Amino acid sequence: MRYLPLTDHDRRDMLSVIGAASIDDLFVDVPEAARLDGPVHGLPNHASELSVERHMTALARQNTVAGEVPFFLGAGAYRHHVPASVDHLIQRGEFLTAYTPYQPEIAQGTLQMLFEFQTQVARLLGTDVANASMYDGSTACWEAIGMARRITKRGKAILSAGLHPHYVSVAKTMAKYTGDVLDTTSPWLVPDMDVDRLIEKIDGDTSCVVVQYPDILGRIADLKPLADACHANKALLIAVVTEPVALGAIRSPGEMDADIVVGEGQSLGVGLQFGGPYVGLFGCKEKYVRQMPGRLCGETVDADGRRGFVLTLSTREQHIRREKATSNICTNSGLCALAFSIHMTLLGEAGLRQLAATNHANAVAAAERLAKVPGVSLVNDAFFNEFTLDLGQEARPIVRALADKGVLAGVSLGRLYPGEAELANGLVVAVTETVTQEDVEALATAIEEVLA
Amino acid sequence: MSINQSGWRPEMTVKGTDEAAPTFTGNKALMLEEALIFEIGSTETTGVEVAEPVTATSRLGNLARTAPIGLPGLSEPETVRHYTRLSRQNYAIDLGLFPLGSCTMKHNPRLNEKMARLPGFADVHPLQPVDTVQGALGVINELAVWLIELTGMHGVAMSPKAGAHGELCGILCIKAALEKRGEGYRKIVLVPESAHGTNPATAAFAGFQVEDIPATADGRVDTAALKARLGPDIAAVMITNPNTCGLFERDLKEISDAVHAAGGYVYCDGANFNAIVGRVRPGDLGVDAMHINLHKTFSTPHGGGGPGSGPVVLSEALAPFGPLPFTERHGDGHITLVEEETVEDRHPDSFGRMTAFHGQMGMFTRALTYILSHGADGLRQVAEDAVLNANYVLRSLEDVLDAPFGKAGPCMHEALFSDANLADGFSTLDVAKGLIDEGFHPMTVYFPLVVHGAMLVEPTETESKAALDQFIGALRSVAERAKAGDASLKSAPHFAPRARLDETLAARKPKLVWKEPAPVAQAAE
Repeated sequence: MRYLPLTDHDRRDMLSVIGAASIDDLFVDVPEAARLDGPVHGLPNHASELSVERHMTALARQNTVAGEVPFFLGAGAYRHHVPASVDHLIQRGEFLTAYTPYQPEIAQGTLQMLFEFQTQVARLLGTDVANASMYDGSTACWEAIGMARRITKRGKAILSAGLHPHYVSVAKTMAKYTGDVLDTTSPWLVPDMDVDRLIEKIDGDTSCVVVQYPDILGRIADLKPLADACHANKALLIAVVTEPVALGAIRSPGEMDADIVVGEGQSLGVGLQFGGPYVGLFGCKEKYVRQMPGRLCGETVDADGRRGFVLTLSTREQHIRREKATSNICTNSGLCALAFSIHMTLLGEAGLRQLAATNHANAVAAAERLAKVPGVSLVNDAFFNEFTLDLGQEARPIVRALADKGVLAGVSLGRLYPGEAELANGLVVAVTETVTQEDVEALATAIEEVLA
Repeated sequence: MSINQSGWRPEMTVKGTDEAAPTFTGNKALMLEEALIFEIGSTETTGVEVAEPVTATSRLGNLARTAPIGLPGLSEPETVRHYTRLSRQNYAIDLGLFPLGSCTMKHNPRLNEKMARLPGFADVHPLQPVDTVQGALGVINELAVWLIELTGMHGVAMSPKAGAHGELCGILCIKAALEKRGEGYRKIVLVPESAHGTNPATAAFAGFQVEDIPATADGRVDTAALKARLGPDIAAVMITNPNTCGLFERDLKEISDAVHAAGGYVYCDGANFNAIVGRVRPGDLGVDAMHINLHKTFSTPHGGGGPGSGPVVLSEALAPFGPLPFTERHGDGHITLVEEETVEDRHPDSFGRMTAFHGQMGMFTRALTYILSHGADGLRQVAEDAVLNANYVLRSLEDVLDAPFGKAGPCMHEALFSDANLADGFSTLDVAKGLIDEGFHPMTVYFPLVVHGAMLVEPTETESKAALDQFIGALRSVAERAKAGDASLKSAPHFAPRARLDETLAARKPKLVWKEPAPVAQAAE
């Protein structure tokens, strides 16, 4: 077995040092009845690299690869070009095969990277501080709601209609067990976000308002009036960003006075990967830092007075506080955070702004072209790189028909909101820098053919 | 050990005893200092070329971002150098034995990385029509099958993002099952003192009250005390097996039977499944739910602290309550997803969704590759070699370090020592820092909490005997220095990129983001 260095000779020598006659002597504590002596049902014996590679490659071939077709899916996961050096660097063994930096003297590489990541994320989101990452955007969103409850000591969260339905689902699951009351609604196919409606709902029991920006239909709106209304009622504004590239073009939620800003960082460095692993972004105002979940890296000095970094404020965390911790979260998404940070460093502010500008321009051009298809109309007024089309008939079968034509057209609202007839005609279309004019033309033509 | 074994030696000048002068850069040859990107980058620099935007009217409304963001960029060569330099300040499995108990730092096969990067897995969107992702669903489904077979359980929830997320999944299944039975009044979860901190944190999150179960003198759960505590208020027990002292809980089946008879459920923390994979099936021990850390047992990379992946295997009693989404393979081989849309028909008792999308697909690909590479015989050998290596370390060091449970019999995959034999004034921390100077990552220290000054050594099965012997020699040497009162150990590490770091300062005055230093002129006023 190529991964196991011990030889039979070694094993015999070691057993004799231990004073055991056979390996079974080391498993004496396992009761007879619990020992598995036969083979594992159906699992073949060990296999060569080549044969495993064949098996996995055959599975991989059964999938339609996003990069090989005109591709327009978003809705919480975006296809961007990731520079070659990102994947090269995260595969350095010193990053890939390191552990959580509990021994800081020999983990400064990971720690300094996390400190840089935290700073990049805080600046991008417009918050004072950010943590060293969460599992993903959906779990970060729920953790933010829990944090708002701890800060305000209130249990009612108002979720915007434009919040990703999976994020709403996760919050509903968790709220069943924590007793939080969630006010939720599905979106309407209208140009405006539901900011005014949200403001009307805020009262003295509200812990927070959760608003996605850009929202699930790709819409954007000024969040400042919402933040003011929250603060007037001593509630918090939580903003959720599922497409961080947008913040290279539009004002950050922090600038508009959001108290907690969470996000899905997958767009930068990580890739689609069929939904995971991704990287949750989590920033907030400095005054709330001690109620934050997750790992935090902080600057300090070593015994010789040199700058260094450590994990800090761990008295919030489960390994110290056990049942009194701010969250049960243990691991972060370290390697994805590294990928995000490297990609962001390669971009820099100039590159990020350019990337965002290109995304927006491509999306505007695509929206204008697609709105010219007979029977199709554009729902959005303002948007970044994602918008919603009303196809005038149920979108889901159309998406399937387009897939048969080799075009991955977008995410139908029927998939995201099954059973909601008013949304069934909606198609959410994302257009990033990876989309060409030919792709847009292919999509427009294919929709036209299917609708005809 | 030197590469030159011929006996030839160059003529050398005698090395002076004076300390070398500090270098201009602060570097020490290959040990290179590296500034922060905020100190070396600029907001005008970029290492990426993006196509010029097509001309289009802005549709951003009045939301265009105008104020500076403050994100420095680096060109590609600078970026590669920055992160390469940072990487060299990390210890890693690729550099040497990494004996962190409970963390299972085993070799990460590179084939797994290669497979996860096949475009058919890496470049696929989670919301593509299911007909276009049959291979991705196939990976999830196939891995699920092997996890069920290897654990002898009934079902598996694949979506949890990490071990602690998996624990939450299991506990929520238990909560949902109790509520379905109309026994939501069961509020107590029993957790051994030696448990991982995530266990009580998870139970508390789900609204349970946590009560400790005492341990016996031989490092196991006190079965009699546990049984005595069972009753109509007990929702579940959470037990780690093998436990955090590296010992197999012999009575687990008896405990499970008693818990079931009392109407409760058994959660098993599967963090240490690697010690028994292929040899013991938790399902045969009466376990109702167990998370599997794919990054431990099935070697997906730890990545400096994640991403993890924590599928949860479930008993027949709990499987109906598992979370969305999951895959269903039909007779014709076609695989469908059970999500919110079909939940009422297919899985009406599900407690809901835990995360967007389908879980850690990139980790599933790696874990499946690992399982197929090892096969049934290889996995069994994994458990046996992991246990053999740990016992070899235990018996090779118990004369110099106190092994509190060493007399009672063999350990499983990790060897536990205490600080009892160290000289006054010397601690487990000093031993750990001394090991750093010897070129090893320290073992897990001060955990489990039930042993004073605990040192938990988990060598894993991917270490050769030569590597183990070198590690044993190093730990022996450090332990002897700590027994002899060698003061230099108190200020170790001496040869690491940093000396001991001031964690108190970091917590008292948190500096969590970089800020532009005040201009010098101002500071001088």
